[in-house]
Amino acid sequence: AAEQGEGENGRCTTKLESMGFRVGQGLIERFTKDTARFKDELDIMKFICKDFWTTVFKKQIDNLRTNHQGIYVLQDNKFRLLTQMSAGKQYLEHAPKYLAFTCGLIRGGLSNLGIKSIVTAEVSSMPACKFQVMIQKI
Amino acid sequence: ICSPQNYPLYIRSVPTENELKFHYTVHTSLDVVDEKISAMGKALVDQRELYLGLLYPTEDYKVYGYVTNSKVKFVMVVDSSNTALRDNEIRSMFRKLHNSYTDIMCNPFYNPGDRIHSRAFDNMVNSMMMQVC
Repeated sequence: AAEQGEGENGRCTTKLESMGFRVGQGLIERFTKDTARFKDELDIMKFICKDFWTTVFKKQIDNLRTNHQGIYVLQDNKFRLLTQMSAGKQYLEHAPKYLAFTCGLIRGGLSNLGIKSIVTAEVSSMPACKFQVMIQKI
Repeated sequence: ICSPQNYPLYIRSVPTENELKFHYTVHTSLDVVDEKISAMGKALVDQRELYLGLLYPTEDYKVYGYVTNSKVKFVMVVDSSNTALRDNEIRSMFRKLHNSYTDIMCNPFYNPGDRIHSRAFDNMVNSMMMQVC
């Protein structure tokens, strides 16, 4: 029964992520309608961290790190979807559900701008979380 | 309107005879669009604008291009005899197209990459073309 729960959980997360993906595509189309053309990948990531994040979550990403080889880590120290939960370890295992949609959002936004990627998220201490973006070179 | 993979999402022409000729023109102009975009990396052409301007004039008509940040290309073919059409008007037509395209993208029932079958979009394009012809 526990395994069934696990499978269900996985399917839900995937569904949430794909919903986020579609929404991300539409949102990016709307947000970039009046902006200038992007110069490069880093420019696009900065846009996601500043304008995109601000419009959706009313704050910017606190920290962006990259290894300049296609891996970016976006750190949000006070992620809006997690602030309402207790800051201890209690709900750590439930956090991924809340992050799945946002992962899809990032992936969808990037895909509409011509970037294929894999986005994962991890929470080490609420309400801070990190989104890792791996750019796929086709 | 062409997708990032260069297949058409939407084509409309008024009047409807010689439609094939227009389709062909649009197809060939895609090369010019791609050329302009790749040139932007090297030359210091205005990188910040989405509007590409006059792609190339032929004997009978002029072709204008516009590329969105999501790499969707809009191509407009206008009769050369229509000299009343100014650059501003072309820009505003592309703006309208872009706005309507954005609305379509946000429609949850629309799958990106499909042909566009929207009555609202058709109406918008119709009224725009009526204004010009």
